[in-house]
Amino acid sequence: MERLNRKTWILTALVVFTQAFGNFALNWGMKRQTREFGLSPVAYVEAIFTPWVAIGVALLIVWLLTRMMLLSWADLSFVLPVTSLGYVLSAVIGKLFFFEQISWSRWLGVSLIVAGTVLVGLTRPGTTQQETRELVAERA
Amino acid sequence: MRWFLVLAIVGSTVLADVLQSLEMKRHGEVTDFRPGKLGRMLAGMAQRRYLILAVFFMAISFFAFMKLLTLADLSFAVPVTAASFVLETIAAKFVLKEAVDGRRWAGVGLVACGVALLAL
Repeated sequence: MERLNRKTWILTALVVFTQAFGNFALNWGMKRQTREFGLSPVAYVEAIFTPWVAIGVALLIVWLLTRMMLLSWADLSFVLPVTSLGYVLSAVIGKLFFFEQISWSRWLGVSLIVAGTVLVGLTRPGTTQQETRELVAERA
Repeated sequence: MRWFLVLAIVGSTVLADVLQSLEMKRHGEVTDFRPGKLGRMLAGMAQRRYLILAVFFMAISFFAFMKLLTLADLSFAVPVTAASFVLETIAAKFVLKEAVDGRRWAGVGLVACGVALLAL
């Protein structure tokens, strides 16, 4: 149980950081694109090979894989709220790098997210393991 | 166009997450984090039907999100996609049969309200 909890928090931290910095790099890169984006996929594929977009995509791939691992033992209804701390980190990054103004309503939003995360963080991460193990045994 | 993209992002995100969670639950807890083992696990996962479908929906969600970023700021794009939170929790309870207790509902509610406030 102790080991599971540590594993859960390490993976959660990885998921939060890779998502926030991945989105930041992607946004930064997309703002520097000069061409029009229509319905054709060609422009998107070309954009992926520009440096900032590439870094963003790489980070988001790590985000996807770490999140998948986390979902192998933690509930979706646990992972979603807890990893929403990424929004808080995004707000902080927005303030530091894009010099966005953070209004009182945004700080209130950040506080609500942190409170919600703490509340969900107090629950047991996985509630379906027993059931799924039975399901797997049934199929075998 | 903006709201059509939001709809596409939210819908495909919910589907992708539910399918992904379902397949990872079936796989069972990942306990070995050595790179070789992880690689072999990923190769195995790549053949799971729901996971392939999940990646397909993620791709739709990703390109719709990229398109949205060219039309709107990150401070609009990120919060509106959080509408998927409540939908996904409902799906987690009824489709994935997770035990969503009072604390989780309250937590998800707080997070969803908080994310909505970020957009103001």
